[in-house]
Amino acid sequence: MSEKTGLTYLPTGLPIPIAEADGLSAPYWEGLRQNRLLVQRCRHCDTWQFGPEWICHRCHAFDPQWTEVEPRGLIFSWERVWHPSHAALRQHGPYLAVLVEIPHAGGVRMVGNLLGDPVQIVSIGASVRGIFEHHSESAPPYSLLQWQTS
Amino acid sequence: MNSRTLADRTLRGRVAVIGIGETDYYRHGGSPDPEFKLALKAILAACGDAGIDPRDIDSFSSYSDDRNEASRLAAALGTRRLRAATMQWGGGGGGSCAAVANAAASIVAGLADCVVVFRSLAQGQYGRFGQTTGIDTVSGEKAYLMPYGVLAPPQRFAVRVRRYMHEHGVKQEALRAIALASYHHAQSNPRAVMYGKPLDAAKYDASRWIAEPFHLYDCCMENDGAAALVLVPVERAKEFRSKAVYVLGAAVGSGYRTGAIPHNSPLYASASFDTVAPDLYGMAGLGPSDVGVVQCYENFTGGVAMALSEHGFFKPEEANQFLAFENLVAPFGRLPLNTSGGNLAECYIHGFELVLEAVRQVRGTSTNQVKRNDVAMVIGAPMVTPVSNLLLGSEATL
Repeated sequence: MSEKTGLTYLPTGLPIPIAEADGLSAPYWEGLRQNRLLVQRCRHCDTWQFGPEWICHRCHAFDPQWTEVEPRGLIFSWERVWHPSHAALRQHGPYLAVLVEIPHAGGVRMVGNLLGDPVQIVSIGASVRGIFEHHSESAPPYSLLQWQTS
Repeated sequence: MNSRTLADRTLRGRVAVIGIGETDYYRHGGSPDPEFKLALKAILAACGDAGIDPRDIDSFSSYSDDRNEASRLAAALGTRRLRAATMQWGGGGGGSCAAVANAAASIVAGLADCVVVFRSLAQGQYGRFGQTTGIDTVSGEKAYLMPYGVLAPPQRFAVRVRRYMHEHGVKQEALRAIALASYHHAQSNPRAVMYGKPLDAAKYDASRWIAEPFHLYDCCMENDGAAALVLVPVERAKEFRSKAVYVLGAAVGSGYRTGAIPHNSPLYASASFDTVAPDLYGMAGLGPSDVGVVQCYENFTGGVAMALSEHGFFKPEEANQFLAFENLVAPFGRLPLNTSGGNLAECYIHGFELVLEAVRQVRGTSTNQVKRNDVAMVIGAPMVTPVSNLLLGSEATL
C-alpha cells in the first residue's frame, strides 16, 4: 500500500516507548537509536535474556550485561492485523506483525512489523533481517526495530 | 510432612456454593447502572438465591484489579464485620477461578465463613478492552508491542495462536466450531447478549478479520455487567434454599517463566495450563474422562483449543477431529462447552459468568442442561499468567 512507503511502517500517533522509571530497559532503547540491537547476556553463565530484568534468571547474578547482537533472525510466528485498536490506525488498512526468534542470541524473541506488502504470504521459519526505524521528530524521539525478509 | 497433613491440604469437599446471581447483561455502554451498583445488584441476587442475609457475608474475593473494593462493599451492604478481602494478582480473566480458590482457602484456613466471590465490569464506563487510544508513552512489556500496532488483546494473542496452529496443524474450522457452540447455546439463554442473534458457518466465514487468525466471532464481546456467588463451609451447605454445589478442586499459576515478556515464554504455543491442569486433577482425584461439561474462558477461540488440550481432553494433533460442533453442544455432545454462550455470546464478565454456569449445570438448572452433570469444569483465561481452573461437583461426587 502506498501509504506504507513513507519513513515509518505505521502512521504516527501510536504510543511512544520509553524506559521504565527505574531505567531497566534504557540501554535497549538507546541502542536502537544508534542502530544497535542490545540484548542482555549474563557475565557469569552466558545466558541470554530478553526482555531485560535486573537478575539473570538462570544463575541469579545481578545486572546482566547488555551485549550487541546482529539484527537477524527467523520468523517464529506472525499476524495480519485488520481491526484498528487505536485512532492512529483508522483507515490505515492491514499491517503485519511478526515474532522473530534470534538463534544466535539464545533464541530470544522480539516483536516487530514485517516491512513490505502487508498482504504478502508470510512463512514461519523464514529468515529476516532487522531495519532500524527512527522516529526522530517524535517527542521524545525513539527508534524501533523492524524486519524484512532476507 | 506426613500423609495426614498432605491430605488436609486440599479444597476438595470443604466448601460449597450456596448462591449465584448476576445483573442484566449489556453490551458495552448499555448499563443504566454505574459499575459499583452492578456489583451490589449481583451480590444481592446471589444472596437472594441462597436465602442469606447480605449482612452475614464476612468476606469478599475478586480478581483483575476489580475496582469495587471490599471495604466499600462492606460499608454499603452493612456487613456486620469484614474478614478476608482477597485480590488475585494478574490481569485478564486468569483469576476467575483463582478468586473462588482464594475464597475457599480462606474458609478452610478459618479466615472466613461466608465469602462473596464476584466480578463487576462496565467497559462502557471505564474503557473498552479492544481500544487503546489515549496513551502517550508506554514502558515495560507494552513498549515492546504497542508501537508496532500490537495494542489490544486480539493482536497480543493472535501470534500465539498462529504458532499453535502451525505446530499442530490446527485448522480454522476447529476455531469456528468453538464460536458456533457458544452462539448455539446463547440462543436458548435469555440472559445472553447474543440471544436471538444466531451464528452459522457461512456468517463466521464471511465475518471480517480482526487479526488473522481471528475472525470477529473468534473474539470475546465487550460488555457491562456483574456476577457473584456465595461460598460457605461444607458443614453449612444444606442450611440454604438452593441446591449446594461443591468445590472438588482448584489450581492457580503457570509454568516455568510463562511471564517472560515480550512473548518469550519457553513454552510459547500454550494456554499456560501445563502445570495447572495436573494440579487440578490431582486435588480433585479426577481425570478428564470424569468431566461432563466444561466452561472455558473464550478471550479467543484459539485459546480454548489450547486449554482444552492441556486439560487432556484431546491431543493437539486431534484438535481438528475433536473440535467439531456436534461434539461441543449440550445435551449429548462428547464435551458440551460454554453452555451459557460464555464470553463470546452470553456476556463478558471476565469469565465469571462461566463459573455461574458451571454451578447451574451441577444444580441441573442450565438453559442448555447436560445429562452428565455431576462434575463441571471451569477454565480461566487461556494464555495469560497466572491462570486458574476449578472443578465443581454434586453431593454424589464427595
